[in-house]
Amino acid sequence: MIENHLSLLIVVLPLLAAPIVAVLPNGRMPWSISTLVSWAVFAMACIQLINVSTGSVISYELGGWAPPWGIEYRIDAANALVALIVSGIAAVTLPYALKSVEQEIPKHQHSLFYAAFMLCFTGLLGITLTGDIFNLFVFLEISSLSSYALISLGKQRQALTASYQYLIMGTIGATFFIIGVGLLYAMTGTLNMMDLSQRLPELYEHRTIHTAFAFIMVGFALKLALFPLHLWLPNAYTYAPTVVTVFLAATATKVAVYVMLRVIFSVFGFTFIEDTPTDELFMILCVVGILMMSFYAIYQQDAKRLLAYSSVAQIGYMMLGIGIGSALGITATLVHLFNHALMKGALFMAIGAIVYQIGSSRIEHMQGLGKHMPWTFAAIVIGGLSLIGVPGTAGFISKWYLVLAAIEKQHWLIVIVILAGSLLAVIYVWKLVEVLYFKPADESGQTVSNQLTSRKEAPLMLLIPTWILVVANVYFGFNTELTVGTAEQAVKLLLPSMN
Amino acid sequence: MKHNLILRVVSKFLIPLIFLFALYVQFHGDFGPGGGFQAGVIFSAAIILYALVFGVDSAKQVIPPSILLFLASLGVLIYAGTGVASLMMGGNYLEYGVLASTQLAGQHIGILLIELGVGITVMAVMLIMFFAFAERGRQQEDKKS
Amino acid sequence: MMEYIAGHYNYWLIIIIMMAGFYTVISRGNLVKKIAGLNIFQVSVFLLYISISNVKDGAVPIIEEGVTLYSNPLPHVLILTAIVVGVATTALGLALVIRIKEAYGTIEEDDIHNQDQSL
Repeated sequence: MIENHLSLLIVVLPLLAAPIVAVLPNGRMPWSISTLVSWAVFAMACIQLINVSTGSVISYELGGWAPPWGIEYRIDAANALVALIVSGIAAVTLPYALKSVEQEIPKHQHSLFYAAFMLCFTGLLGITLTGDIFNLFVFLEISSLSSYALISLGKQRQALTASYQYLIMGTIGATFFIIGVGLLYAMTGTLNMMDLSQRLPELYEHRTIHTAFAFIMVGFALKLALFPLHLWLPNAYTYAPTVVTVFLAATATKVAVYVMLRVIFSVFGFTFIEDTPTDELFMILCVVGILMMSFYAIYQQDAKRLLAYSSVAQIGYMMLGIGIGSALGITATLVHLFNHALMKGALFMAIGAIVYQIGSSRIEHMQGLGKHMPWTFAAIVIGGLSLIGVPGTAGFISKWYLVLAAIEKQHWLIVIVILAGSLLAVIYVWKLVEVLYFKPADESGQTVSNQLTSRKEAPLMLLIPTWILVVANVYFGFNTELTVGTAEQAVKLLLPSMN
Repeated sequence: MKHNLILRVVSKFLIPLIFLFALYVQFHGDFGPGGGFQAGVIFSAAIILYALVFGVDSAKQVIPPSILLFLASLGVLIYAGTGVASLMMGGNYLEYGVLASTQLAGQHIGILLIELGVGITVMAVMLIMFFAFAERGRQQEDKKS
Repeated sequence: MMEYIAGHYNYWLIIIIMMAGFYTVISRGNLVKKIAGLNIFQVSVFLLYISISNVKDGAVPIIEEGVTLYSNPLPHVLILTAIVVGVATTALGLALVIRIKEAYGTIEEDDIHNQDQSL
């Protein structure tokens, strides 16, 4: 009986967990329940991915109302892959959370913290799995509101302003999105994505449809921090509690990229995009974004902020695949979406382990720590190599497909930009490695103001989740069956005309 | 506002009526305009009026804030639980028809439960917000004095 | 031309409100005013949904004998959800403003920026 309802239980289980966790007394209970729920959801997401990996589509009618009248949950290879990465990251972040949250968040807020975390998790999964565009907005706001609250829990007071800035930008983005949805509804009278895709082609010439498309694109470009709408991201990632940074960096922007894919290719269709300057615009913004944000990353003095700028640059790679708009390009987008979640998850976790030990994420405070924390240091090196795109790591696979896609369409400039971006990544990853390993340790101890400083290896509870992601980075660098195989299935569904 | 006789008398007269109206909107929601959102807001408005006229402390004796968090969670659980119940009875999630012997009766029970959950949560959350903001200012003043 | 302008008066109104709200969000440095602007911006979207749900000569969407043409009730339901989201966003935003005021002693964006720079 359960197997028929898996598509929905993936979303409902964390939704049920959130209110239960919220009223539990502060202690280990909220954490245990959240962790168990995330593991269960991860298992269900794996089963669903296996079910749809052959290219089939699972449709679930909420409330027994047939689409397009009722809300439909629709799982195909594309969103099953995204659901897998969201639940997978949650499943490794939560074990990591126990120690980190105990240190960073006051004890009386623990159960509410995990409740907000579960709500954010629900929202991201809901965005991924729903087939109804207004339902998507509702889940978008569930995840956004809970992430504003989570970010504001950071220790420094800048966390408050970062969260406020994100709230303003995020709400403008979400409101743009519903303006677009409202205009689409006014023109077609439907909110179901499949139904929309059938009704839109006859209206392609209509100006309202173009307006709606522009609103939706700008709205989600704000959400996914596409250059130059990324201003909220570096502050939010720098000042949020470590666990929140790990989770949001690895999932929130990825889900927004997925929505872009879904809206562009499933709802509007690629023929519509070709008539508009969208793909050229994406390519220009991504090229400028990759170069500028990688330069910015080099000059950062805070490790978390460095990785945040690198995230904005990496989002450029993902959107570049959409801009190229070929089957290979979209494969690259989906694969990079998956791989980037793994590498940024691993890197932020490793930096988080350092923050746990020395209480600061400033680079100058980390001098010589590599010798005291060999395992954390090794995780940063391997994660960094993956970020650069060295063969044998996951990062290489996605960049390889992106370069192939660019060559296929003869966009030579883009090939050069991708390679230049990788070179810049070498510089900023080297900056971390140099400080951690080759700078002599500053033993005077006055660099870090608080007394937390302990130059020892991080506890196992932090190292094991980090290394799970590091190993995944290497594993998916050799075995591409899951990532590339699923992405190719997804492309067949997203681009029916290409086959 | 403790010395304002007219306000006190009028609000004492109004508050029961507001409660009654909230219940009407709540349970009439499946036949006419209304439902949990509106009812929850009206219900909390009565308590907020009470707090404004008689003071936040008296309002907290009516509904202690510790209960409010439970109520807010309870409402969400009623909502999600109704969905799970319909799963157990062999339907899809939130398919009310299977909740009773006939389709119509099931729909009726389903929507009443859902709206009840929504109403409780909205009422509790509105009051949590009100108390949170009202308290914050007083804490600041206490610190100063 | 006049007919075109008069015939779409609801859209003109919505655009004016929308731009007023959006401009307030962008131009004001006061954090509370920004949230007020955000609210005005969202209200324009509520109006957009409600105005497109109106069917010419349509009755209130409650079943009644002898009435065949109803206005579309769905956008009202959708926008009820969006209103609730708006309330939650406003509450969260104002709560953050209070915390910012406690941490920085000001709610002017420029002052906050200067304080962070001088650290």
